[in-house]
Amino acid sequence: MMEWIDYTFFLRPYAPTPLRLPMISISDLRFRYSQGGFALHVPQLEVESGERVAIIGPSGSGKTTLLNLVAGIRSPQSGRVITNQMDLSELADSSRRDFRIRNIGLVFQEFELLEYLNVLDNILLPYRINGSLELNKKVRQRAAELAEMMGIGDKVSRNVRRLSQGEKQRVAVCRALLAEPPLLLAVEPTGNLDPTNKDKVLDILVEYADSKGSTLVTVTHDHDLLSRFQRIIDFKQFYDLDPKPEAAPSKAP
Amino acid sequence: MKDTLYLAWRYLAHHRIKTAILVGSLTLITFLPVGLNVIVGQSARELTARAEATPLLIGAKGSPLELALNSLYFESDTPELTTYSEAVRIEESGLAKPIPLYVRFQSRESPIVGTTLEYFDFRGLEIASGRRMAVLGECVLGSRVAASMGVGPGDTVISSPESVFDLAGVYPLKMQVVGVLEPSYTADDGAIFVDLKTTWVIQGLVHGHQDMDAPEAAAGVLKREGDTITANASVVQYNEITPDNVDSFHFHGGMSGYPISAIIAVPHDQKSGTILMGRYEADDEVSQIVQPATVMNELLGTILTIREFVVAALLLVAIATLATAALVFLLSLRLRRREIDTMSKIGGSRLSIGTLLASEIVAVLVAGVLLAGLLTLLTVQFGEELIRALLLG
Repeated sequence: MMEWIDYTFFLRPYAPTPLRLPMISISDLRFRYSQGGFALHVPQLEVESGERVAIIGPSGSGKTTLLNLVAGIRSPQSGRVITNQMDLSELADSSRRDFRIRNIGLVFQEFELLEYLNVLDNILLPYRINGSLELNKKVRQRAAELAEMMGIGDKVSRNVRRLSQGEKQRVAVCRALLAEPPLLLAVEPTGNLDPTNKDKVLDILVEYADSKGSTLVTVTHDHDLLSRFQRIIDFKQFYDLDPKPEAAPSKAP
Repeated sequence: MKDTLYLAWRYLAHHRIKTAILVGSLTLITFLPVGLNVIVGQSARELTARAEATPLLIGAKGSPLELALNSLYFESDTPELTTYSEAVRIEESGLAKPIPLYVRFQSRESPIVGTTLEYFDFRGLEIASGRRMAVLGECVLGSRVAASMGVGPGDTVISSPESVFDLAGVYPLKMQVVGVLEPSYTADDGAIFVDLKTTWVIQGLVHGHQDMDAPEAAAGVLKREGDTITANASVVQYNEITPDNVDSFHFHGGMSGYPISAIIAVPHDQKSGTILMGRYEADDEVSQIVQPATVMNELLGTILTIREFVVAALLLVAIATLATAALVFLLSLRLRRREIDTMSKIGGSRLSIGTLLASEIVAVLVAGVLLAGLLTLLTVQFGEELIRALLLG
């Protein structure tokens, strides 16, 4: 008899579990790009719920790729990646996207804001591009509160092109936090910021993670920031410059 | 759906110049063939309506098109001239009522139409102010001429010489405006109407000068032979007809030999019209009779053929424009690759992202087509006035 798997639990509001189940659980993960370059092999890696982890390592060692695998943006050739109790490689593309927009807040080094939108519309973007999130008055109010909290409350109507680098990254962080995700993945979130803004943005991310019990995983090259994290993973251990072909190359989902 | 439409709107509004160019190009390329069709159709109706309201035209043998254009729209060069005797001949045939026309002279840019009062009844022209012309030297203005010249009853207009170097030819004649016509939205609005004899005065065939028996004219008399007096150029010729000098105007020779450009023949019935046309079939006949509707339909046939070519050319331009628009959209997609990637990464659904991109294209296309539709409606609504302004302006 066929067994139906209930994948809908990830659509329920997130509540940190007292059992401290791992937010990310990776076992025997293997991945390489079709055009080659490097191969990623992660035999075992776990990140607890509510943990703050920094990932360091040389450029091109696969740090960002790992975050993409955790977020379900890419699928591994072999092994398992369980994110918030969900094996994303078993989900269809549309379900992976729905999962991602509800459970994962992504922050990029280059901010990746939409230049034709103002600050508020950029913050609200996740609610406009996926029908599984409903944009209502409460969400708008939360967006306004987040902007206020980030010190850009007076600039919500301003086009993002007219913001400073620090302000742009704060808008990007607001966008990532709006859906109140249990997992925050940040790729060099402070890479383009001056020291003042660097601290400010990191403070925001850490404070949010602590207050909501969210997990924060950050890829960084900035060793001055490492003291703010509970655990540091050096990626050198997972990096193979001369990979042997073991499985079919990956394609973007 | 409304959220993706909102994002599409924000994108289009942000890139408003690009959007305006795309919408403008699509509007024009959609509107041009349709608008051209409407305008040509309306022009055809406008041209044929007056031609169909004019049963028969008679003039000297020559170009039927020139005869029709000159007599119906007061356009084109003056056709070969016939004589007033042709009008007398039609009258005496008892087959039709002749309305002679002499369309040759101008006052500034406006044609002076020499005719009889029957022309006003035939065309249904009503007087808006003043009265119809009653004596030599009076004129009635079409509504557009009166407006453009800023003259009315009590004012005067002066005929223009045919050529500044024609010293022995046509002299300017100052004419008294006695009436202005109601607008008829035809070529009549742009014409100055005078009695046929007044056009002959303009031409110098009928003239008035000082009394040669008066003592002050004696110095100009060269020779007297019975009733014939030969005078030199010092004799004063009148260039304005007034109550004081109107009696001095006189014909030299018989009126039947005086020139006219055409005759509108209004047959008493269809049979009379057919008989009248038959009379002009003879090989030695020096005049021609034409049915204006037939002549104009031939002209329109040529215009419609040209339209086919123009529409075909526009369709090619439309294909090129659409290809360019498609290229712009594709390039735009390439430029927005990063934005699309970002939306995908943060969890945007394929449907939403696809809808966002498609709705921008659809919005541009729909805006272009709607604007073209609006322009077409405006053309249908106001095209006739535009055509009148262009054709009759």
